[in-house]
Amino acid sequence: MLKQTEGSRAVAEAVALCRPEVICAYPISPQTHIVEALGEMVKDGSLAPCEFINVESEFAAMSVAIGASAAGARSYTATASQGLLYMAEAVYNASGLGLPIVMTVANRSIGAPINIWNDHSDALSQRDSGWLQLFAETNQEALDLHIQAFRLAEELSLPVMVCMDGFILTHAYERVDMPTQAQVDAYLPTYEPRQVLDPADPVSIGAMVGPEAFMEVRYLAHAKQLQALERIPAFAAEFRQIFGRDSGGLTHTYRTEDAETIIVAMGSVLGTIKDVVDEMREEGHRIGVLGITLFRPFPIARVREGLQGAKRVVVLEKSMAIGLGGILSTNVRMALSGLHMHGYTVIAGLGGRAITKKSLHGLFREAEQDALESVTFLDLDWNMVNKQLEREKAHRRSGPVAENLLRDVGVVAARNY
Amino acid sequence: MSFQPVKFYQTGTFTVGNRLLPPEERSVQASAKRYNSINSGHRACQGCGEALGARYAIDAAMEAADGQIIAANATGCLEVFSTPYPETSWQIPWIHSLFGNTAAVATGVAAALKVKGKRDVRVVAQGGDGGTTDIGFGCLSGMFERNDDVLYICYDNGGYMNTGVQRSSATPPAARTATTMAVGPEPGNVFGQGKFVPAIAMAHDIPYVATATVADLRDLEAKVSRAMEIRGARYIHILVPCPLGWGTASHDTIRMARLAKETGIFPVFEAEHGEIKSVLTIRRPLPVEEYLRPQKRYAHLFGKNPAVETIAHIQALADRNIRKYRLEARQGSH
Repeated sequence: MLKQTEGSRAVAEAVALCRPEVICAYPISPQTHIVEALGEMVKDGSLAPCEFINVESEFAAMSVAIGASAAGARSYTATASQGLLYMAEAVYNASGLGLPIVMTVANRSIGAPINIWNDHSDALSQRDSGWLQLFAETNQEALDLHIQAFRLAEELSLPVMVCMDGFILTHAYERVDMPTQAQVDAYLPTYEPRQVLDPADPVSIGAMVGPEAFMEVRYLAHAKQLQALERIPAFAAEFRQIFGRDSGGLTHTYRTEDAETIIVAMGSVLGTIKDVVDEMREEGHRIGVLGITLFRPFPIARVREGLQGAKRVVVLEKSMAIGLGGILSTNVRMALSGLHMHGYTVIAGLGGRAITKKSLHGLFREAEQDALESVTFLDLDWNMVNKQLEREKAHRRSGPVAENLLRDVGVVAARNY
Repeated sequence: MSFQPVKFYQTGTFTVGNRLLPPEERSVQASAKRYNSINSGHRACQGCGEALGARYAIDAAMEAADGQIIAANATGCLEVFSTPYPETSWQIPWIHSLFGNTAAVATGVAAALKVKGKRDVRVVAQGGDGGTTDIGFGCLSGMFERNDDVLYICYDNGGYMNTGVQRSSATPPAARTATTMAVGPEPGNVFGQGKFVPAIAMAHDIPYVATATVADLRDLEAKVSRAMEIRGARYIHILVPCPLGWGTASHDTIRMARLAKETGIFPVFEAEHGEIKSVLTIRRPLPVEEYLRPQKRYAHLFGKNPAVETIAHIQALADRNIRKYRLEARQGSH
């Protein structure tokens, strides 16, 4: 059914259609609306049977989900940013134990400086946690990916993170096609756990493993992710059969046929990029887009296949490997190993910095001229940066960086150096 | 006609010999049909108080729940010695997740059971004092305030024994650990620090809080059985001497636990909804020195120049427990 609704609400309704049995909630922007909506459904009885638990931290949220999942309940939570870092130990534990928890990450930056706006630093900090990570481009895809996530998680007995851009998607009102309960039921069978805490058949979950078998257990986690890589296209195909639309999968290409320049990105910024590509195509530029839906496991072969015809690849990412460059671009580079082409890393949109069509037009044209630095920071205010570097040269006690920069842009009226 | 039933105490203890009691009065552990929830062959040290406490507590919980128990376990000695690769001692469904999240994992298990309508399956969470009073305290308090249907058992041996005897917030004052060294002008753990989590549990107004020691295992079993009659958040804090960390002989574990109780160092009581309902009174009051002297972690108090003031300070704390929890033996009672 078509409806105009907020991204968070759409995700909450999709999660509810998946019949979760235990939901743990801890407030952090920008995921809060999702668990609020689910909590309301549980409280008014429209989502039943389901336990909605208000916990005291994100660490507890993931831990409650671990306990519930191990006892055989379909478990869900949502978080973002600092919350994801605070639960990190339990995030690794959930995947190590092989518990099929589904979690929404409403992508938000990580402090300091504290910042509530969107980038991908939070989810990408957990890229090696053993969770599957899916990135939604639109609210429709966010909704659809949650339904696929439960299927995927439970089939593989691995937890799945569905990442959607905070505010840009979570708080945007858009048209979505909400599936029916019958469609979701047809797609998502009842949860049959591989392991369950049951007095009739006692097992020890989470026993210690020494050097004798630890490598093997870790390898199996890797092997299971590789299995996921093989099976996800089939899950997406089945999704298409039941729901009548393409969603999920590994990657999506856009106008890459004959493209000399291909832009790689994840999440909602793909919409803006595609608009710019459309405009540039009209002017005769041979440019296309490769959107990555599945970040973990990383679809190396598919990325290579999608990019190998290009002359240059520009990876535009809302994340950063400080001291190296890009995170997504490092992964893409691995997929392109041995191929001769120009590769550029563009760090953009950190902490909610708007990524505008105007900036992208300039950026992509520069890329076409191969005039880009290998690592570029889009729309970085070099004046601000240089001023601070000068300040640090001049004064030993140069003060807090964030406060200095805010003062420079005139937000904080205070003493000046 | 009133009569005094004859009791047959085991030599040197106040424990009634099981075999001399009618079958219905015998301990759970004395029964040939006990569950052996934590089976033999685990790797606890000789004389481990925690292994003993866990054996009695979990079997009593199993008895009360007719074998329908799921346990969540914090990282620590109990977890390590009971599930060394490739073995497990647990004959019950058991999960170990992390050091600091056991109460929350148990909440999740309880939520799953509730949503699935398995009301007969009960949840026990367990951890040491580090996993309970320090790193797991946030999750513990959350589980308490939500009144989740979990019995949480803390086996308190007064430190991080698994990592090599470091101080926890349950380490008693003056005790030597690897991080409260017996050096300097005030050797050992600092006075005026630490916390007594049973009292904090009571402040959450949860339905049941009790303390126990491995010296009085019938009392321990009775408290677990009582806790299992109740729904909601319940907390039992068991003092479990640690020969390794305390520097005591393996055969002295039960004696040390008894001395902790008889000196007033460790008050043994039970409380419902924040109110103390009963205490185990002290039968033969003893000076704290009797408890301190056999323990190497207090050896620095008893050299050529005994730390008279420090010992007096510990005595004052024990006396305060005796007053506060009304532990003095009442006339004519046992």
